[in-house]
Amino acid sequence: MKSIAELDEIRKKTLDQLSIRSNEKGIKVVVAMATCGIAAGARPVMKAFIEEINKRNLNNVTVSITGCIGVCKMEPVVEILDKDGKKVTYVNMTPEKAERVVLEHIVNGNVCTDLTIGAQEGV
Amino acid sequence: MRDLSLHILDMVQNSITAQATKIKINIAIDSQRDYLLLNISDNGAGMDSDILIKAQDPFFTSRKTRKVGLGIPLLKEAARKCNGNFNIISEKNGGTKIYAAFSINNIDRLPIGEIGETLIAAISSNPQISFILDLNSEKGFFRLDTDEVAKTLGDVSITEFDILIWLKEYIDEGIKNIFGGVLNEVDS
Repeated sequence: MKSIAELDEIRKKTLDQLSIRSNEKGIKVVVAMATCGIAAGARPVMKAFIEEINKRNLNNVTVSITGCIGVCKMEPVVEILDKDGKKVTYVNMTPEKAERVVLEHIVNGNVCTDLTIGAQEGV
Repeated sequence: MRDLSLHILDMVQNSITAQATKIKINIAIDSQRDYLLLNISDNGAGMDSDILIKAQDPFFTSRKTRKVGLGIPLLKEAARKCNGNFNIISEKNGGTKIYAAFSINNIDRLPIGEIGETLIAAISSNPQISFILDLNSEKGFFRLDTDEVAKTLGDVSITEFDILIWLKEYIDEGIKNIFGGVLNEVDS
Protein backbone atom coordinates (compact mmCIF):
# COMPACT_ATOMS: atom_id res chain seq x y z
CA MET A 1 0.00 0.00 0.00
CA LYS A 2 1.23 3.46 -0.86
CA SER A 3 1.10 6.09 1.84
CA ILE A 4 1.52 9.84 2.00
CA ALA A 5 4.76 9.24 3.94
CA GLU A 6 6.42 8.09 0.70
CA LEU A 7 5.98 11.61 -0.60
CA ASP A 8 8.57 12.82 1.84
CA GLU A 9 11.22 10.67 0.12
CA ILE A 10 10.29 12.08 -3.28
CA ARG A 11 10.30 15.57 -1.81
CA LYS A 12 13.88 15.19 -0.60
CA LYS A 13 15.00 13.83 -3.96
CA THR A 14 13.29 16.64 -5.84
CA LEU A 15 14.75 19.31 -3.56
CA ASP A 16 18.26 18.27 -4.60
CA GLN A 17 17.39 18.64 -8.26
CA LEU A 18 15.56 21.92 -7.79
CA SER A 19 18.69 23.86 -6.92
CA ILE A 20 20.11 23.16 -10.38
CA ARG A 21 17.10 24.62 -12.14
CA SER A 22 17.11 28.07 -13.61
CA ASN A 23 14.27 30.55 -13.51
CA GLU A 24 14.74 31.93 -16.98
CA LYS A 25 11.67 32.86 -18.96
CA GLY A 26 10.48 29.80 -20.78
CA ILE A 27 8.18 28.30 -23.33
CA LYS A 28 4.51 27.73 -22.55
CA VAL A 29 2.51 24.81 -23.88
CA VAL A 30 -1.23 25.45 -23.63
CA VAL A 31 -3.65 22.57 -24.24
CA ALA A 32 -7.31 23.38 -24.96
CA MET A 33 -9.28 21.33 -22.46
CA ALA A 34 -12.99 22.13 -22.82
CA THR A 35 -15.74 19.59 -23.61
CA CYS A 36 -14.72 19.51 -27.28
CA GLY A 37 -11.02 19.07 -26.50
CA ILE A 38 -11.58 16.39 -23.86
CA ALA A 39 -13.90 14.41 -26.14
CA ALA A 40 -11.35 14.59 -28.96
CA GLY A 41 -8.49 13.31 -26.78
CA ALA A 42 -6.77 16.35 -25.27
CA ARG A 43 -5.96 14.55 -22.02
CA PRO A 44 -3.58 11.96 -23.58
CA VAL A 45 -2.00 14.77 -25.62
CA MET A 46 -1.33 16.80 -22.48
CA LYS A 47 0.11 13.70 -20.79
CA ALA A 48 2.43 13.13 -23.75
CA PHE A 49 3.70 16.71 -23.50
CA ILE A 50 4.33 16.43 -19.75
CA GLU A 51 6.12 13.09 -20.13
CA GLU A 52 8.22 14.13 -23.10
CA ILE A 53 9.22 17.44 -21.50
CA ASN A 54 10.28 15.62 -18.36
CA LYS A 55 12.14 12.95 -20.32
CA ARG A 56 14.23 15.62 -22.02
CA ASN A 57 14.74 17.60 -18.82
CA LEU A 58 13.33 20.80 -20.28
CA ASN A 59 13.08 22.80 -17.08
CA ASN A 60 11.95 26.05 -18.64
CA VAL A 61 8.83 24.63 -20.32
CA THR A 62 5.45 24.76 -18.59
CA VAL A 63 2.29 22.92 -19.60
CA SER A 64 -1.06 24.51 -18.83
CA ILE A 65 -4.64 24.33 -20.07
CA THR A 66 -7.23 26.69 -21.45
CA GLY A 67 -10.85 26.49 -22.59
CA CYS A 68 -12.26 26.19 -26.08
CA ILE A 69 -10.76 28.63 -28.55
CA GLY A 70 -13.49 28.12 -31.13
CA VAL A 71 -12.15 25.56 -33.59
CA CYS A 72 -13.85 22.53 -32.06
CA LYS A 73 -13.65 20.47 -35.27
CA MET A 74 -9.86 20.65 -35.14
CA GLU A 75 -9.45 19.55 -31.53
CA PRO A 76 -7.18 18.62 -29.81
CA VAL A 77 -5.67 22.09 -30.16
CA VAL A 78 -2.33 23.01 -28.59
CA GLU A 79 -0.76 26.46 -28.54
CA ILE A 80 2.96 26.97 -28.02
CA LEU A 81 4.06 30.39 -26.80
CA ASP A 82 7.76 31.03 -27.05
CA LYS A 83 9.92 33.35 -24.96
CA ASP A 84 8.95 36.43 -26.95
CA GLY A 85 5.24 35.63 -26.72
CA LYS A 86 5.02 34.43 -30.31
CA LYS A 87 2.30 31.85 -30.72
CA VAL A 88 2.04 28.73 -32.87
CA THR A 89 -1.28 26.85 -32.95
CA TYR A 90 -1.19 23.12 -33.61
CA VAL A 91 -4.43 21.29 -34.42
CA ASN A 92 -5.67 17.70 -34.72
CA MET A 93 -3.02 16.69 -32.19
CA THR A 94 -2.19 13.18 -31.02
CA PRO A 95 0.31 11.93 -28.43
CA GLU A 96 2.67 10.94 -31.30
CA LYS A 97 2.49 14.42 -32.84
CA ALA A 98 3.09 15.88 -29.36
CA GLU A 99 6.40 14.00 -29.13
CA ARG A 100 7.40 15.38 -32.51
CA VAL A 101 6.48 18.94 -31.53
CA VAL A 102 8.53 18.70 -28.34
CA LEU A 103 11.58 17.49 -30.24
CA GLU A 104 11.39 19.64 -33.36
CA HIS A 105 9.75 22.83 -32.09
CA ILE A 106 10.59 23.11 -28.40
CA VAL A 107 14.06 21.54 -28.41
CA ASN A 108 15.33 22.45 -31.87
CA GLY A 109 13.26 25.56 -32.54
CA ASN A 110 11.83 24.41 -35.87
CA VAL A 111 8.06 24.86 -36.11
CA CYS A 112 6.30 21.72 -37.42
CA THR A 113 4.61 23.68 -40.19
CA ASP A 114 2.56 20.75 -41.48
CA LEU A 115 0.75 20.37 -38.14
CA THR A 116 -0.22 24.02 -37.69
CA ILE A 117 -3.71 25.37 -38.07
CA GLY A 118 -2.78 27.07 -41.36
CA ALA A 119 -1.61 23.83 -42.96
CA GLN A 120 -4.36 21.63 -41.52
CA GLU A 121 -7.25 23.81 -42.60
CA GLY A 122 -9.22 21.98 -45.26
CA VAL A 123 -7.53 18.65 -44.57
CA MET B 1 -17.15 11.00 -23.96
CA ARG B 2 -15.69 7.53 -23.73
CA ASP B 3 -15.67 7.14 -19.98
CA LEU B 4 -16.61 8.72 -16.67
CA SER B 5 -13.12 10.08 -15.99
CA LEU B 6 -13.43 12.34 -19.05
CA HIS B 7 -16.82 13.58 -17.84
CA ILE B 8 -15.24 14.31 -14.47
CA LEU B 9 -12.44 16.29 -16.11
CA ASP B 10 -15.04 18.27 -18.03
CA MET B 11 -17.06 19.06 -14.89
CA VAL B 12 -13.87 20.05 -13.05
CA GLN B 13 -13.08 22.49 -15.86
CA ASN B 14 -16.50 24.06 -15.27
CA SER B 15 -15.66 24.45 -11.59
CA ILE B 16 -12.30 26.02 -12.45
CA THR B 17 -13.99 28.45 -14.83
CA ALA B 18 -16.33 29.34 -11.95
CA GLN B 19 -13.25 30.35 -9.89
CA ALA B 20 -13.58 27.50 -7.42
CA THR B 21 -10.77 27.07 -4.89
CA LYS B 22 -12.01 23.73 -3.55
CA ILE B 23 -13.26 20.91 -5.74
CA LYS B 24 -14.47 17.64 -4.31
CA ILE B 25 -15.06 14.51 -6.34
CA ASN B 26 -16.83 11.61 -4.73
CA ILE B 27 -17.40 8.25 -6.40
CA ALA B 28 -19.39 5.67 -4.48
CA ILE B 29 -20.64 2.28 -5.52
CA ASP B 30 -23.11 -0.09 -3.97
CA SER B 31 -22.98 -3.33 -5.92
CA GLN B 32 -25.82 -4.90 -3.98
CA ARG B 33 -28.19 -2.13 -4.96
CA ASP B 34 -26.45 -1.85 -8.35
CA TYR B 35 -25.63 1.82 -8.42
CA LEU B 36 -22.66 4.06 -8.91
CA LEU B 37 -22.96 7.59 -7.61
CA LEU B 38 -20.77 10.39 -8.85
CA ASN B 39 -20.85 13.64 -6.94
CA ILE B 40 -18.77 16.68 -7.83
CA SER B 41 -19.02 19.80 -5.71
CA ASP B 42 -17.18 23.09 -5.75
CA ASN B 43 -17.18 26.43 -3.95
CA GLY B 44 -17.16 28.45 -7.17
CA ALA B 45 -19.36 31.30 -8.32
CA GLY B 46 -22.49 29.14 -8.63
CA MET B 47 -25.52 29.89 -10.81
CA ASP B 48 -28.87 31.53 -10.18
CA SER B 49 -32.01 29.49 -10.86
CA ASP B 50 -32.41 30.93 -14.34
CA ILE B 51 -28.91 29.94 -15.50
CA LEU B 52 -29.18 26.64 -13.67
CA ILE B 53 -32.09 25.54 -15.87
CA LYS B 54 -30.34 26.78 -19.00
CA ALA B 55 -27.11 24.96 -18.11
CA GLN B 56 -28.82 21.66 -18.91
CA ASP B 57 -29.76 22.91 -22.37
CA PRO B 58 -27.16 21.90 -24.99
CA PHE B 59 -27.78 25.14 -26.87
CA PHE B 60 -26.75 27.29 -23.94
CA THR B 61 -23.19 28.25 -23.00
CA SER B 62 -21.51 31.13 -21.22
CA ARG B 63 -18.71 30.87 -23.76
CA LYS B 64 -18.32 33.31 -26.60
CA THR B 65 -16.20 31.10 -28.83
CA ARG B 66 -19.04 28.76 -29.82
CA LYS B 67 -22.81 28.43 -29.60
CA VAL B 68 -23.24 25.10 -27.85
CA GLY B 69 -22.45 23.90 -24.33
CA LEU B 70 -22.48 20.13 -24.19
CA GLY B 71 -20.61 19.29 -20.97
CA ILE B 72 -23.55 19.04 -18.58
CA PRO B 73 -26.07 17.71 -21.16
CA LEU B 74 -23.66 14.90 -22.13
CA LEU B 75 -23.18 13.78 -18.53
CA LYS B 76 -26.94 13.94 -17.96
CA GLU B 77 -27.49 11.79 -21.03
CA ALA B 78 -24.77 9.32 -19.97
CA ALA B 79 -26.54 8.84 -16.63
CA ARG B 80 -30.07 8.64 -18.02
CA LYS B 81 -29.34 6.17 -20.78
CA CYS B 82 -28.32 3.57 -18.22
CA ASN B 83 -31.31 3.87 -15.95
CA GLY B 84 -29.56 6.47 -13.84
CA ASN B 85 -30.31 9.90 -12.63
CA PHE B 86 -28.88 13.37 -12.79
CA ASN B 87 -29.25 16.41 -10.62
CA ILE B 88 -27.52 19.72 -10.29
CA ILE B 89 -27.85 22.05 -7.35
CA SER B 90 -26.40 25.51 -7.35
CA GLU B 91 -26.83 28.89 -5.77
CA LYS B 92 -25.41 32.22 -6.82
CA ASN B 93 -22.16 32.62 -4.84
CA GLY B 94 -22.89 29.30 -3.12
CA GLY B 95 -21.01 26.80 -5.25
CA THR B 96 -22.37 23.99 -7.39
CA LYS B 97 -23.08 20.33 -6.71
CA ILE B 98 -23.55 17.78 -9.45
CA TYR B 99 -24.99 14.33 -8.83
CA ALA B 100 -25.02 11.60 -11.43
CA ALA B 101 -26.21 8.09 -10.65
CA PHE B 102 -25.62 5.09 -12.88
CA SER B 103 -26.89 1.54 -12.85
CA ILE B 104 -23.67 -0.48 -12.65
CA ASN B 105 -24.87 -3.51 -14.56
CA ASN B 106 -26.62 -1.63 -17.32
CA ILE B 107 -24.98 -2.35 -20.67
CA ASP B 108 -24.84 1.35 -21.52
CA ARG B 109 -23.06 2.39 -18.35
CA LEU B 110 -19.73 4.03 -19.17
CA PRO B 111 -16.56 2.50 -17.70
CA ILE B 112 -14.87 4.49 -14.95
CA GLY B 113 -11.78 5.25 -17.03
CA GLU B 114 -8.48 6.67 -15.90
CA ILE B 115 -9.41 8.70 -12.83
CA GLY B 116 -5.72 9.14 -12.00
CA GLU B 117 -5.03 10.73 -15.39
CA THR B 118 -7.96 13.09 -14.92
CA LEU B 119 -6.78 14.16 -11.50
CA ILE B 120 -3.18 14.82 -12.51
CA ALA B 121 -4.31 16.76 -15.58
CA ALA B 122 -6.46 18.95 -13.33
CA ILE B 123 -3.90 19.25 -10.53
CA SER B 124 -0.87 19.98 -12.71
CA SER B 125 -2.61 22.84 -14.48
CA ASN B 126 -4.24 24.26 -11.33
CA PRO B 127 -1.93 23.52 -8.38
CA GLN B 128 -3.45 26.40 -6.38
CA ILE B 129 -6.84 24.63 -6.18
CA SER B 130 -7.56 22.11 -3.41
CA PHE B 131 -8.80 18.84 -4.82
CA ILE B 132 -10.35 16.07 -2.78
CA LEU B 133 -11.03 12.67 -4.29
CA ASP B 134 -13.18 10.30 -2.24
CA LEU B 135 -13.87 6.71 -3.22
CA ASN B 136 -16.43 4.59 -1.36
CA SER B 137 -17.66 1.05 -1.56
CA GLU B 138 -18.42 -1.85 0.75
CA LYS B 139 -14.70 -2.65 0.48
CA GLY B 140 -13.67 0.56 2.16
CA PHE B 141 -12.84 4.19 1.78
CA PHE B 142 -10.08 6.09 -0.03
CA ARG B 143 -9.26 9.76 0.09
CA LEU B 144 -6.77 11.95 -1.66
CA ASP B 145 -6.56 15.50 -0.36
CA THR B 146 -4.14 17.74 -2.25
CA ASP B 147 -3.92 20.10 0.76
CA GLU B 148 -2.51 17.21 2.76
CA VAL B 149 -0.08 16.40 -0.07
CA ALA B 150 1.02 20.03 -0.31
CA LYS B 151 1.64 20.12 3.44
CA THR B 152 3.92 17.08 3.22
CA LEU B 153 5.73 18.54 0.22
CA GLY B 154 6.53 21.90 1.79
CA ASP B 155 8.52 23.96 -0.72
CA VAL B 156 8.34 21.36 -3.47
CA SER B 157 5.59 22.01 -6.00
CA ILE B 158 2.88 19.41 -6.52
CA THR B 159 3.44 19.87 -10.27
CA GLU B 160 6.87 18.16 -10.17
CA PHE B 161 6.82 15.22 -12.54
CA ASP B 162 7.81 12.61 -9.94
CA ILE B 163 5.04 13.81 -7.62
CA LEU B 164 2.42 13.68 -10.37
CA ILE B 165 3.45 10.12 -11.25
CA TRP B 166 3.23 9.15 -7.59
CA LEU B 167 -0.23 10.74 -7.31
CA LYS B 168 -1.46 8.81 -10.34
CA GLU B 169 -0.17 5.51 -8.94
CA TYR B 170 -1.65 6.32 -5.54
CA ILE B 171 -5.07 7.01 -7.08
CA ASP B 172 -4.91 3.94 -9.34
CA GLU B 173 -4.17 1.82 -6.30
CA GLY B 174 -7.11 3.40 -4.46
CA ILE B 175 -9.45 2.63 -7.37
CA LYS B 176 -8.22 -0.95 -7.47
CA ASN B 177 -8.66 -1.47 -3.73
CA ILE B 178 -12.06 0.15 -3.45
CA PHE B 179 -13.69 -0.80 -6.74
CA GLY B 180 -12.08 -4.16 -7.48
CA GLY B 181 -9.57 -5.85 -9.70
CA VAL B 182 -10.05 -4.45 -13.17
CA LEU B 183 -8.89 -0.86 -13.34
CA ASN B 184 -10.98 0.35 -16.18
CA GLU B 185 -14.22 -1.19 -15.06
CA VAL B 186 -16.38 -1.21 -11.98
CA ASP B 187 -16.20 -4.65 -10.48
CA SER B 188 -19.67 -5.76 -9.52
